[in-house]
Amino acid sequence: MTYTSDEKHFELTVNGSKHQVKDSFLGASLLSVLRDHIGMTGSKGACEEGECGSCSVLLDGNLVCSCLVLAASVTQSSIVTIEGLGGATDVQQAFVECGAIQCGFCSPGLVMAATNLLDRNPDPDVDDVREALAGNLCRCTGYGRILDAVQVAVDGRKRNKL
Amino acid sequence: MSDLEIRESVVRGGIGQSPLRPDGVSKAEGSYLFSSDLSADNMLIGKTLRSPHQHARILSIDTSKALAMQGVHTVITADDVPGKPTYGLISSDQPVFAGEVVRYIGEPIAAVVADDEDICARAIAAIDVVYETLPALTDARFAADPESMEIHPDGNVIREQNVVCGDLSVVGDVIVEDRYTIGMQDQAFLGLEAALAIPDADGAGVECHVATQWLHEDLAQIAACLDLPETAIRMVLGGVGGAFGGREDISLQVHVCLLALATGRPVKMHYSRSESFLGHVHRHPAEIWMRHHATQDGRIVKIEAEFIFDGGAYASTSSAVLVNAVTHTQGPYKCDNAYVRGVAVRTNNLPCGAMRGFGVVQACFAHERQMDLLAQKCNLEPLEIRRRNAMATGDRLITGQTVESVAPVREIIAGLAAIPEPSETLHSNGHPYGLPGGAGNTTRSSDVVRGVGYGLAIKNLMYSEAFDDYSTARCRLDDGVITLKFATAEVGQGFITIAAQIARSTLGLEDVRLDPIDTGVGSAGSTSASRQTWMSGGAVEAACLKVRQLIFEHVAATTGGDAFALVIEGDTLVNTTNGQRWPMLQIVSGLVIDEEVEFRHRPTVPLDENGQGDCHTAFAFVGHRAVVDVDVELGLVRVVEIATVQDVGRALNPLSVTGQIEGGIAQGLGLALMEEIIQRDGRIMNPSFTDYLIPTIADMPPVVAQLIEIPDPQAPMGAKGVGEPPTISSTPAIISAIQNAMNRSGGADTHLTRVPIRPSDIAKAVNSNLRD
Amino acid sequence: MPIAHPDSIEDLKEILRADTSIVLLAGGTDFMVGLNHGSTRLESDHLIVDLRSVAELSTVELDYRSKMLRLGAGVRWNDLLSGPIEDAAPCLSQSARTVGSHQIRTAGTIGGNVATASPAGDGVCALVALDASVVLTSHRGQRNVAVRDFATGPKTTVIEKDEFIERIDVPIVNGWQGYSKIGTRNAMVISVAGAAVVLSPDSQICRIALGSVGPTIIAADSASSFATTAIDWNTSSVSTDDLDQVVQLVRESASPINDHRSTASYRTHAVGVLVKRLIEQGLRSIKESV
Repeated sequence: MTYTSDEKHFELTVNGSKHQVKDSFLGASLLSVLRDHIGMTGSKGACEEGECGSCSVLLDGNLVCSCLVLAASVTQSSIVTIEGLGGATDVQQAFVECGAIQCGFCSPGLVMAATNLLDRNPDPDVDDVREALAGNLCRCTGYGRILDAVQVAVDGRKRNKL
Repeated sequence: MSDLEIRESVVRGGIGQSPLRPDGVSKAEGSYLFSSDLSADNMLIGKTLRSPHQHARILSIDTSKALAMQGVHTVITADDVPGKPTYGLISSDQPVFAGEVVRYIGEPIAAVVADDEDICARAIAAIDVVYETLPALTDARFAADPESMEIHPDGNVIREQNVVCGDLSVVGDVIVEDRYTIGMQDQAFLGLEAALAIPDADGAGVECHVATQWLHEDLAQIAACLDLPETAIRMVLGGVGGAFGGREDISLQVHVCLLALATGRPVKMHYSRSESFLGHVHRHPAEIWMRHHATQDGRIVKIEAEFIFDGGAYASTSSAVLVNAVTHTQGPYKCDNAYVRGVAVRTNNLPCGAMRGFGVVQACFAHERQMDLLAQKCNLEPLEIRRRNAMATGDRLITGQTVESVAPVREIIAGLAAIPEPSETLHSNGHPYGLPGGAGNTTRSSDVVRGVGYGLAIKNLMYSEAFDDYSTARCRLDDGVITLKFATAEVGQGFITIAAQIARSTLGLEDVRLDPIDTGVGSAGSTSASRQTWMSGGAVEAACLKVRQLIFEHVAATTGGDAFALVIEGDTLVNTTNGQRWPMLQIVSGLVIDEEVEFRHRPTVPLDENGQGDCHTAFAFVGHRAVVDVDVELGLVRVVEIATVQDVGRALNPLSVTGQIEGGIAQGLGLALMEEIIQRDGRIMNPSFTDYLIPTIADMPPVVAQLIEIPDPQAPMGAKGVGEPPTISSTPAIISAIQNAMNRSGGADTHLTRVPIRPSDIAKAVNSNLRD
Repeated sequence: MPIAHPDSIEDLKEILRADTSIVLLAGGTDFMVGLNHGSTRLESDHLIVDLRSVAELSTVELDYRSKMLRLGAGVRWNDLLSGPIEDAAPCLSQSARTVGSHQIRTAGTIGGNVATASPAGDGVCALVALDASVVLTSHRGQRNVAVRDFATGPKTTVIEKDEFIERIDVPIVNGWQGYSKIGTRNAMVISVAGAAVVLSPDSQICRIALGSVGPTIIAADSASSFATTAIDWNTSSVSTDDLDQVVQLVRESASPINDHRSTASYRTHAVGVLVKRLIEQGLRSIKESV
C-alpha cells in the first residue's frame, strides 16, 4: 500500500534516535537537514553534487553522499553519520596518528568511507582502498597519509583477531 | 649555538618530534567547527547578487520587490557602504559592491539578508538590475596595449617590472626558446567561504568569525569600508578548511559585517562551490616567452624572457605575483646576464591573486621546460645540465641580490639521482588503476611508454620588497602551564602543532595550551608565502625565550649565581657552572610571567626599474623526479611515482613536513594534468567539482621524499618554510616525464609548452589526424 | 508536494495514472544535483514518487534458457559489479565500475541512467552494444523499446508521462564484451569518449556502441555490420586494413562537440582507438579461450 510522507515535516532516524524535522524546504537534501535542522554539522558539504564525498553517511548500512539524498524520502531508513561512530574508533585514531588530517574538512567523509570499506572488506589491498576512497576528495594531504592510516587500521584489526 | 644543541635533547612533544595535532581528534570525529558550521541564536542568512555580465554599466538597481518579500530583512548595495567603497590587499581598487560599472562575471552588486537560504535565493532573483553592456577586454596581451580601452580608473597595467642585469650583448653558442602557457588554477580548498558576523548590542561594532589567512588584514580592510575604528571590530578565526592563497583577499567579510550591522542580528554567509569559483582570486594564467643562451657545454650565459600575467578585473596581489615571477626567471641556476620583461594587467576576466607558489609556479614551468630543451640541444642528461648550472650559497641572482640562504641545489640533484627508480613492471598488477586511463579501462600494458622527468625550483620565503613583515606572539607562564596567544591563521598546515612544540623545547615544559586565534593580540601576518614557520614560529620562540630569560633571572636571584650559566636540557634546568639540576616544573612552580614579542625578518628593499635590489628575504630549494606511464595514442597519463628532495632547513615536525610535501605535490600534479578554470567570454564553463577536476586518491602516486636538513643560520631554529616548494617543480617534472615518454615513442618533434596538459595535446603529437 | 512511497508496481501504475506533475526519484544522483543547485525547482503541486520503496524494481532475473538478464530499473551500480551479472553481461559490469565513486554506485540505478538519457551514460553505452531493451510500464500496459531508441536527445526520451521503466532486458551474449571510457582523471570522471564492443562468435555478430560523441549514445551500425562481416569468426581474427576500416566507420558515425571537457577532434580520434583496442582484445581473448 502506498503511503505518503510530508515533505516539510517528517521524522528521521539518525544514529539510532528519532529526530523531528520541521519546516524543511522543498527538496532539501539529507545533508542540509542534518546540518541545518538537526544540528549535526559533522557531515560536510563541499560540492553539493556527490563529487567530494565529504558528506558521506550510511543509509541503511550503505555509504552514500547525503547531499544526493532527498531528506524527506528516507523517513523509513536508518541513517548513521560521523557523530554516530561513537568517537575514538580505530579508524579515527589511525587518521590522527598517521597525519591523515590537515584542514580536516574531508576527514569525516573519509572516516566514514574507510570505516565502511573495512566493514565490507577486512583485508583490502592498496588498490581496493584507492577504489573505495576515490569518491572522497582531499585537497591538503595528497592522500599518502590517508592510505597509511587505513593500512594501520587494517593491521590493527588483524592483530586483534589473532 | 649551544642553544641549538640543547634543544636537541628530549622534552615530550618538542621540536623534531611529530606530536599529534591538537585539533586532530575533533576533526576526525566531526566535532571541529569550521566557519561553515557556526551558528548563533536569531541568526539570519546573507546572500550575494553577482553580475551576469563581463563588462557593463549599471543603469539602475531596483531592490523594492526583494525588500517587499516576506522574510527579507534588508538589501544592501554600493550606496549602503558607509566607509571606503573599495578594498584590496595592495591597492584598494575593488568595489565592495559594484556601483557604476561591473568588470567581471560574478562581481558582487548587492547582498540580501533573510530568514533562510530559500528566501535569500528568491530575493536575489527579484532584484532588478538594468545594465548597458560594454565591450569586454578578455585578452591580456591586448590589455597591455596602450591603445586599448581602459577598464578601470587605475588603468589596465597593474605593474610592469623588468629585470635587467649584466652584459646584454652576450650571445650563446646554443640558444633555445619557446612560448609557454599556464592555465588558471583554483585553490579548490574543500571548506567553502563562510563567515558569521555578530553585531555588538549597541550596534557600534561587530565580531566576525571567518575562515581567512590573515585576520588583521581583514580587520583593517573591513574597518575602512565600514568606517569604524579598528577597535570596534573583533576578528575570530572560524575553522578553516584549507586556503592555499584563496583566502588572502576579502571575499564575503565586508558584506557579512554590513548585513549584521544593518539588521542588528547575527548574519551568516556561506558560498556554494560554484559561487566560490567566483568569490575568490585564482592562480594567474600566464603567457611566458623564454630564450636561454648557453655555451656548448650547457652553461647558461643569458636569459631573455617576457611574462604576461592576466590579473583579471582587480589588482589583488598581482603586482607581487609578477615580481615573484620575474625575479625567479633563472630558477635555481646561475646566470649573469638577463633581460626580463614582465607585465600584469587588468582584463574583464576573473580576478587573480595568491595561490601556493605565487608567481614562481608559472616561472618554474617555463624555466624547467627550457632546461630540458637546453639539455637536448647540448646532448646532456637532464640532471647533468641542471648540475652544471646549479646555484650555491653566495651566488648573485639576476636581481643583484646575493643568495645568503643555504642553497643545497647540488645536494638536491645528487639526492634525486640516488633515489632508485620504480620498477618498470609496476603497471601490470591487473587493477585498472595501475594503467593510464585508470578506472576507464582504456589501456593495455602494451600501449604504455614509461617516461622520467625532472623539475627543480627556487622559492622566496616571506614577503618581499620592503614590506613590514612581522608576527606577534605572546607566551604566558602560569604555574608550569604555558599558554600561547597568536593570531596566526591555522588553515590546516599545522602551525598550532609546531607552536606548542617550540614552546615545549624552549621552556622544557610539556603542558602548552593555545588561546583562541583572534585579533586579541597583534598581527601574525598572513598564512602564506611559506612564512609562518619562520615568522610566527620565530615569534613564538622569541616570546618563549624572553620568558625563559626571566625564569633564569628569577632562579639566579633566588639561588644566587649567574643567569648566563643556566640552560634548559629537555625538561631540566641545569647550572652549567656547578652541574646543579632542577626539574623545570619545580622551578617554575607558582611563577607567572607574561611576555609578548613582535618578530621581524631582516628588511628588504623594493626593486628598481631594472629589477635590481635585495627584494627577497630568504630562499628554499626543491627538486622533483616524476616517473609516468603514458598511453601516447590516447594521451592518457598515469603518474607512477614522484621522488623529491627538499631543502627544509630543519624539520620541526617531520610528519607535518611530509604532509606538506605530499599535499603540495598533489596540487602540482593537478596543474600538470587536469586543473584549469576554463572561461569563455569571462564565464566559467566548469564551476563545479564535476568539471573542475582535482586529483583523487586514484591519481596520486606514492611520493618518495628526502629532506635536506641543513639548518639555515638566518632562520629561527634553522627551519625554512616548506609549504610552497612541493607545488612548484612537481608540475614541470611531470610534463618533462610525459615529454620523455613521447620522445621514446616517436613524438620527438613536439615540445610540450602548456599546463594543464590535455590528452589531445599528447595524442596529437603522434596522431596527425588530430586538430586543436 | 508530498512524497509517495508505493510498495508495488501496481501502486506505482495507479499513482502515475492519477497525477501528471510527477517526479520519479530513483537513486537521486542526478536529480538531487539539480535541486541543490537550484536548476531544478520543486513546486508545491509536484508529487515525488520514491521508487526505492518498490522492492519489485530491484529484482534481478537471470534466465539462461531464454538467454535474458532482466534487471529491475532500481538495480544499483554496485550490484552490477560482480557475481552472476558480471558473468552474464561483463561489459555492463565494466561500465558500472567506471561510474562515479563507491558512494554514487551505492545510490545510482541502471534505470536512472537510462531515464536520464545523458549522452555520456556509461551503462547505456554497454546496454546499446548488448542490444538491450527498456520495458516501459503503465496502467495502459507494457511496451518494449530498444535502449538505442529510448533516448531522442540529451535528456529527452520516448517515455510517456504515465510510464515508468520497470526493467531492462539484457540479452545474454556468449563470447566477449568490453567497455572503455576516457576521462581526464583516473577515477570519478564523466566520460569524454566511451565505447562498448560485443563480439559473439556463436552468432557471428559484432556490435559497437559509442558514448559522449553525439547527442545520445550512438549505435555504430555501419561499423558494426562491417566488422561482423570482416571478422573471420573461424580464426577470431581481422585484417589490419579491415580493422582500420572499422575504426574509420566508427569515427564517421560519431558527431561529437567541442566543450570544456574535450574537443570534437580528440573525441573522434579516441572512440576509434577505443573500439580498435576492444576488438583486438576481444578477438585475442576469444582465440585464447578456444
